[in-house]
Amino acid sequence: MKVVLHIWRQTKRSTEQDHKQDGRMVRYELADVSPDMSFLEMLDVLNEHLIGRGEEPVAFDHDCREGICGSCGVVIDGVPHGPERGTTTCQLHMRSFQDGAEIWIEPWRAAAFPVVRDLVVDRSAFDRIVQAGAYISVNTGAPQDANAIPVPKADADRAFDAATCIGCGACVAACKNASAMLFVGAKVSHFAHLPQGRVERERRARNLVAAMDAEGFGNCTNQYECEAVCPKEIPVRVIAEMNREYLRAKVIEQPAGGKQIGGHG
Amino acid sequence: MTWLFDFWRSSIGGKVTMAVTGLLLFGFVVAHLLGNLQLFAGPERLNAYAKMLADSGALLWVARIGLLVVFVVHVVTAIRLSRANKSARPVAYQHEDTVQATFASRSMVFSGLSLLAFVVYHLLHFTFGVTNPEHFARKGVGAGGHDVYAMVTTSFAVPAIAIAYAAFQIVLFLHLRHGIQSLAQTLGLNHGRLTPLIGKLSVLLAALIAGGNLLLALSVQLGVVKVAS
Repeated sequence: MKVVLHIWRQTKRSTEQDHKQDGRMVRYELADVSPDMSFLEMLDVLNEHLIGRGEEPVAFDHDCREGICGSCGVVIDGVPHGPERGTTTCQLHMRSFQDGAEIWIEPWRAAAFPVVRDLVVDRSAFDRIVQAGAYISVNTGAPQDANAIPVPKADADRAFDAATCIGCGACVAACKNASAMLFVGAKVSHFAHLPQGRVERERRARNLVAAMDAEGFGNCTNQYECEAVCPKEIPVRVIAEMNREYLRAKVIEQPAGGKQIGGHG
Repeated sequence: MTWLFDFWRSSIGGKVTMAVTGLLLFGFVVAHLLGNLQLFAGPERLNAYAKMLADSGALLWVARIGLLVVFVVHVVTAIRLSRANKSARPVAYQHEDTVQATFASRSMVFSGLSLLAFVVYHLLHFTFGVTNPEHFARKGVGAGGHDVYAMVTTSFAVPAIAIAYAAFQIVLFLHLRHGIQSLAQTLGLNHGRLTPLIGKLSVLLAALIAGGNLLLALSVQLGVVKVAS
């Protein structure tokens, strides 16, 4: 099959002063595409041609190509990871497109995800959010017996819904406001449903939201595009849970050094 | 009080502020409609209601100032959030598309700004008597000095005014249709059984409010409500 590609090409890294740099859309025609190719294999073929012609290949992120690592991801015709639901870009195949289709390929667009080159963005903002508290503090050592802390099946399932997040950033790319609330909500929800996570729940909710705000992500306006493009189909329920956890943490929070009034302690 | 300002400045704090002030404004819109529906009960009933409100004295001013504060906080927070949202996406997509976002949810800033303009016009029209002083003058000449019925009916007898009021109800519908269900999610209410219900309720309530107001504006034009002589 034949496709016409419009791909964002950019050689210099985006900065706060200049987000676009020398970036522009470039048109490529590709005639030897098989419907059985994955989307990334189609880009590999394009790059072979470009290298053959002595041109700079298109830079894009990828690693496992099995849909589990979260490395790949481009915006295809305005939709992160393309037209199939619950699918990463590497698991999308060219049979999802018509012969002769014109396909627009752009990087994730967010101030917090500066473009490194072409379709590659820097997602270390997500790492800094995780470092702010998306974990539990436990002493390392021999693992305790798996059944020592009972977890109801329903709680385990809900925690696992959130834990499937691969941190690809499609939620940010899809959001009109480049909000990271589905990602951060997933981290909060993941731990909030488990007894091990509840110990630090207030601190976690406060620190994760503060870290998210500091990175310059936008604010959720409940349009739920994130949920629609998430390759792991994480529901927007996790955002409501994060709002709840954050409100709860704010209500419980005591002023620094202040004494509790009317309490017992 | 810095903790309150810090909360407001946070992303979720800003959203919660929008939800709570939005809920209060929704409450006002409901009360406003219920009060005005007395137009159908005739001049005596509506004018007595208007007189009762006008005679509440200090209470009226507490309500007015409270409403103004809520309104200003809602608008100022919306401006802060949408500016932050704009700078979070400095480069727009060349090819944009959506999967499941509603038109109403995409146009909240537009519908909100339109409503702001409408509220200003509405106050100039019926509260301050600037745009149509001849209609506003009718307010002061009736029984007990409160002929609101005459003011409203002579206004809506003008086709352009009736159409303008009716048209803005579509904008109000869009704003409420997204706003009502959105505030539940923001305040942390997301539930397998309730959320789909809240979505439907949101459309229903928005339609009832907008429809009720639309009826008021058009009933004079349709001759259902007699214009005060």
